[in-house]
Amino acid sequence: MHIKQELTERHVLTLTVDNEAGTLARIAGMFTSRGYNIDSLTVADISEDHTTSRITIVTKGPPPVIDQIIAQCERLIPVHKVTDLTEAGPHVERELALVKVRGAGDQRVEAMRLADIYRARVIDATVNSFIFEITGGPDKIDTFVTLMREVGLVEVGRTGIVGLMRGSESS
Amino acid sequence: MNEDFTVPEKSGAEILIDTLVEQGVDTVFGYPGGAVLPIYDALFQHTKIRHVLVRHEAGAAHAAEGYARSTGKPGVVLVTSGPGATNAVTGIADAFLDSIPLIVLTGQVATNLIGTDAFQEADTVGITRHCSKHNYLVKDPADLASTVREAFAIATKGRPGPVVIDIPKNVQVATAATDVKRPTASRFSPAGEADYSEINRAVELLANAKAPILYTGGGIINSGPEASAALRELAELSGAPVTSTLMGLGAYPASGDAWLGMLGMHGTYEANMAMNQCDVMLCLGARFDDRVTGRLDAFSPDSIKIHIDIDRSSINKTVRVDLPIVADVGAAMRQMIEVWKGRKYKAAALDDWWARIKGWRAVDCLSYAGSTQEIMPQYAIERLFAATKDKAPIITTEVGQHQMWAAQHFHFDAPNKWLTSGGLGTMGYGLPAAIGAQMGNPDALVIDIAGEASIQMNIQEMATATQYRLPVKVFILNNEWMGMVRQWQELTYESRFSESYSDSLPDFVALAEAYGWKGIRCSDPAQLDEAIAEMLSYDGPVMFDCRVHKTSNCFPMIPSGAAHTDMILNSDEVSGTMDDEAKALV
Repeated sequence: MHIKQELTERHVLTLTVDNEAGTLARIAGMFTSRGYNIDSLTVADISEDHTTSRITIVTKGPPPVIDQIIAQCERLIPVHKVTDLTEAGPHVERELALVKVRGAGDQRVEAMRLADIYRARVIDATVNSFIFEITGGPDKIDTFVTLMREVGLVEVGRTGIVGLMRGSESS
Repeated sequence: MNEDFTVPEKSGAEILIDTLVEQGVDTVFGYPGGAVLPIYDALFQHTKIRHVLVRHEAGAAHAAEGYARSTGKPGVVLVTSGPGATNAVTGIADAFLDSIPLIVLTGQVATNLIGTDAFQEADTVGITRHCSKHNYLVKDPADLASTVREAFAIATKGRPGPVVIDIPKNVQVATAATDVKRPTASRFSPAGEADYSEINRAVELLANAKAPILYTGGGIINSGPEASAALRELAELSGAPVTSTLMGLGAYPASGDAWLGMLGMHGTYEANMAMNQCDVMLCLGARFDDRVTGRLDAFSPDSIKIHIDIDRSSINKTVRVDLPIVADVGAAMRQMIEVWKGRKYKAAALDDWWARIKGWRAVDCLSYAGSTQEIMPQYAIERLFAATKDKAPIITTEVGQHQMWAAQHFHFDAPNKWLTSGGLGTMGYGLPAAIGAQMGNPDALVIDIAGEASIQMNIQEMATATQYRLPVKVFILNNEWMGMVRQWQELTYESRFSESYSDSLPDFVALAEAYGWKGIRCSDPAQLDEAIAEMLSYDGPVMFDCRVHKTSNCFPMIPSGAAHTDMILNSDEVSGTMDDEAKALV
């Protein structure tokens, strides 16, 4: 007998939650305990009175599992609202990455040139290194990081994705 | 500061007890320890709250479950930090899977010690996070009253469940002005009535069905006695047959004409065949558990499925349904009745359907080979039922063969009379649950139908029954085996009985006497009725060691990974082996 793998879809979920101790652990732990995937997760306080946070989770699974994930999130007491951006319609996704490269000569020039093409900004420089700041969709950042491997990548830090619905309404 | 202007202050422990009284709590099941001493001091000689001292914290949680399930009120547990809390975890997880409202109060080390590996420190909030409906760590006595109020609302409303409140010792001692903080705006809005467009559609489907079935579950019990009354009326109006999960037994009377018996792995042939062959399935407060559905791709393949559940996450979890309705099942059934009557529907002509059901009933799937030499376990349950049915007993069980035989051969005509660990399947549930049920129903006959292996998992609670003079009866089907394990080993592992023999059993009669109980032993079918009568007439706790046939198996049975139509009706049909796919599906 072998374990069967299922076809999965990527979905971006945003959750509006109470900003209180344990909320993140409750959500992240629910994903673990029920065997769901988290590709990325971001969380930050978004309200003036610091009572509400917004969590963006990128997950993947077969469609019925995505539906279960949403239902299980909604079942948690501190979770007020769950929106599946992937289902809800046109939306934007952005991520920020910091990318450190080391090199000299042509390699260094090539890193600079590629950064320019990708509209990455230099936020730190020494004679043999740069740190680039880049924002964009996950594909753009993946591609940029792949290119940087060729020219002396040292390390990468990524924020994970945040997303909003396009248009004037809140999600 | 001028004393005249200060608000009266109370300690956290006093605020806690006051709020419990305000919430209508009269019984608490608990065990003291270092981190809850301030609360126990506040409880000392308390006149409104009766504390029941258990002998192990698992017993406290199960007793509170028994109390809750039999009274419809939330059960309250009070235990200390560290081992007190971890011992209660099994009961919390049990209540979570069976949707039983519990408030579990756990002591915690002082806030300045949290995270230092202090004596009897455990991360109770972390440990119980995913086996409770919600939990709290209270860091300020001023938050206690509003936290407890919200906890009761969460535990009892919507789909019920356990809520844990972890209270550090210094928060119990520190004082706060009472009621300084108002309860926060409700962030918890359970489903109530269903949308009429959905109800209309459900009624139309049911009224036009040629082969409908009502598949009912524990949600109806949780919704209250009115929901059981509504089910009876809906069954009568529609003329549809009724089956139930293990957790829903009693919602529809077993003596009712439409009753097919329990469904699922050890359900009746007629119930499972009707589930498989129906054209409209109305699922009421049940959740398509794997023990109910059998093989998913063969589960009721040609039916239109309507699912009414208060918990949206129960819908489409394992079985896709055609008409999902998120609502309180009692309210939704009353709406269906109202629409049905308003449109003057008549019960459809279901003669053909009932004729087929009659054919399945004729299989007589619960029959078994009798014996005059030995007590057959099914016979023991039948005789116990016959002797007690007029007394409206509350039955608890442990987990295993005896539990399934009780579900098959003991019959329930009312809700809240059947307390069993369905979801988690916790051996050791029955005795403490019986104690909790007896506390909540002092005049009721409460019987724990047990197995000789399960009963030993919380046998220390015999002392609790003795202390509070609770006349619970423990009826042990003693076959000297962990019977369900033995049965699976016989059916799937070619009778390699690995570690399933109950060796070195205690002398249950002597044990009963050691705890101040009455002990009765019976191994002769001819003397069984008399022995049961002796048990029932004794005004005090009784342990009945019923020596039954040792290798009986519980049938009918849907083997692991099989469809409803592939039931094993008796042991002649058993091959004794199973492929890996089926083994893994256990």
